[in-house]
Amino acid sequence: MKKIFIISLLLILKTTFAHSLIKVDITRGNLDPLPIAVSPLHVDPKSDSYQDIKVKALGDRISEVIENNFRATGLFNPLKKDAFVQKPDIAHLKPRFEDWRLIKAQALVTGKLLVKEGKLKIEFRLWDLTASKEMIALAFTTTPTNWRRVAHIISDKIYERLTGEEGYFDTRVIYVAESGPKDKRIKKLAIMDQDGANTKYLTLGNELVLTPRFNPANQLVTYLSYFRNLPRVYLLDIETGVQEVVGNFPGMTFAPRFSPDGKKIIMSFAKDGNSDIYTMDMETRVAERITDHSSIDTSPSYSPDGKYIAFNSDRSGLQQIYVMKSDGSNVKRVTFGKGLYGTPVWSPRGDLIAFTKVRKGRFYIGVMRVDGTGERLLTENYYQEAPSWSPNGRVLIFYRETKSDSKGQGHSAKLWSIDITGYNERQIKTETDASDPSWSSLLSK
Amino acid sequence: MLRQPIDLPPIVSVELIQISDKTNIPYAPKARKVIEKVKKEEKRVVSEQAPPKAKKKEKPDRIPMPDEKKEKKQLVKKKQNPEDVKPEIRQSSEFEKKEIIDTNEIAALINKAKEEAALTEKTSSKLTQSSQKNSFATGLTLSQEDALRAQFFGCWTIPLGIPYDDDNLLVRIKLKLKKDGTVLKSEVLDHERMNRPDQKFYKILAESVLRAIRICQPLKVPPTGYEKWKDLQLNFNPADMLKG
Repeated sequence: MKKIFIISLLLILKTTFAHSLIKVDITRGNLDPLPIAVSPLHVDPKSDSYQDIKVKALGDRISEVIENNFRATGLFNPLKKDAFVQKPDIAHLKPRFEDWRLIKAQALVTGKLLVKEGKLKIEFRLWDLTASKEMIALAFTTTPTNWRRVAHIISDKIYERLTGEEGYFDTRVIYVAESGPKDKRIKKLAIMDQDGANTKYLTLGNELVLTPRFNPANQLVTYLSYFRNLPRVYLLDIETGVQEVVGNFPGMTFAPRFSPDGKKIIMSFAKDGNSDIYTMDMETRVAERITDHSSIDTSPSYSPDGKYIAFNSDRSGLQQIYVMKSDGSNVKRVTFGKGLYGTPVWSPRGDLIAFTKVRKGRFYIGVMRVDGTGERLLTENYYQEAPSWSPNGRVLIFYRETKSDSKGQGHSAKLWSIDITGYNERQIKTETDASDPSWSSLLSK
Repeated sequence: MLRQPIDLPPIVSVELIQISDKTNIPYAPKARKVIEKVKKEEKRVVSEQAPPKAKKKEKPDRIPMPDEKKEKKQLVKKKQNPEDVKPEIRQSSEFEKKEIIDTNEIAALINKAKEEAALTEKTSSKLTQSSQKNSFATGLTLSQEDALRAQFFGCWTIPLGIPYDDDNLLVRIKLKLKKDGTVLKSEVLDHERMNRPDQKFYKILAESVLRAIRICQPLKVPPTGYEKWKDLQLNFNPADMLKG
């Protein structure tokens, strides 16, 4: 009896554990951008005309904006429309998946729009072509002049669905538009969509402007301008055009940046050759001193939770990056590499700090963990600085100066972006030379 | 100072449409024909495969003791890596001499077997070389495994947006295969992670894996030994590639 019991138990064991499942580890795939087909949006023939907008062309133009956004990420490969196999209206109803798969597309974007009674109604669908199913479908209603923004919002939704990360297309970049020779440079504040469209100039160019920074919570901008030859931190409301000096400091104020909740401005205040970091509460207008050191402390940047501040200082003899608590206590040096480190900017994700490094006459844009470890230099050039994060912490925008001709004469400044992996470095086209970019948070958030 | 406000577009209102996994829109006529044809073919193949061919009943041999299994593994290892002999494997041979005489010892055996199974699981999730040897020992040859891996190199587009420093990027898929390598059924083993809001990167990765399997099929499977590989587990981990 005992033996039978033992045998039956062993049989159970055998069935459970003896025939183990074959397991194969797949650790290699390809890192090619995802092939995606963006079908032109179908324009409903019942659409009205609207002002000077070419309504019939809107479907093509919106899909072009989406395609350009995707291409600029380096994560997607929008396929050429010549190979498309289905008309936009039919594809939007129900794609012939097997036909789309033939052109090697893995995802498909379809949509339609209607302009009626002064309103633009757009809907889109994202299809998984291998699973033959819909992944996301949304509709938007707005004024027809807003069509570019809708294209960016659609791009954000698709990006988020396919990557798991928040998008960054429905955003703006504020920067300093530069023109004229280097010794008589005219610098204006300018704002544009992240893709370089819709440029507007916010100042006339009478005063020198530098380092504009968006408020993460609203449409306020802080920047440095000169008043009676004295650099001062200013505040500008983009929507109303109201501009004011921040605080009544008896000296230079510079390097301003907002706190993550947008309620404070943190900046440097210099007097008698010494500069320290101060904050100014936007409601009470009370200034608070954060650092008190005989060295030059500047370029402060809050962590996204507002608990810490990164800044650069020459207190060790050379310019390095330090991190402290937001009340100024517990100051710790985090960079120890060769060269000078400056312009630290805390990632919106909170995990990295971007910086500019100067070594042996070359300028680098890099990222590191917040404790200074894991330094990665993303790009190197003759002169480049001022990194600013995309709101999802995936991309950095910065500016680069080059000699404008082959003889090394002249001077040219352009905006560039790079992925935090160090790939996909791209120039962002601007109407004029451009410097000091600052990326806004998502407008539709 | 007061300036003219700039002309910025107003905020866009957003309206949601309900999303469903399967659309309720009817198929286009051409697509319907193709889909129905594919479905018919699939059904036919499934029915052809069942019931399974009658096999000569295998003698219910005494199940090898866990120690014996280890010895087999050791033999394989000797081929691959002669100097890699761990002391605990040698110790295990002492158990072989003992006879199973009471239920306490059987219970201990069950526990040990379970521990081994758990260990195998853990090892496979770490994607070490030993797991490759293990799968070699259970069914596919290394070259057959390599053929499968090479196939996925082309089909699996790793989502570049996922965090490169995430240590939790393993997607385990269980497949049921036809003899020609076509996938009858695919199951994400940790599918509950697909719907967790804090695991959205896992969902993206798992979707990319499922896409890869659909694109890759029929999988390059050996011409023989169907019973061994008809159920197959693929462990996808892009960590090494993302870290560069």
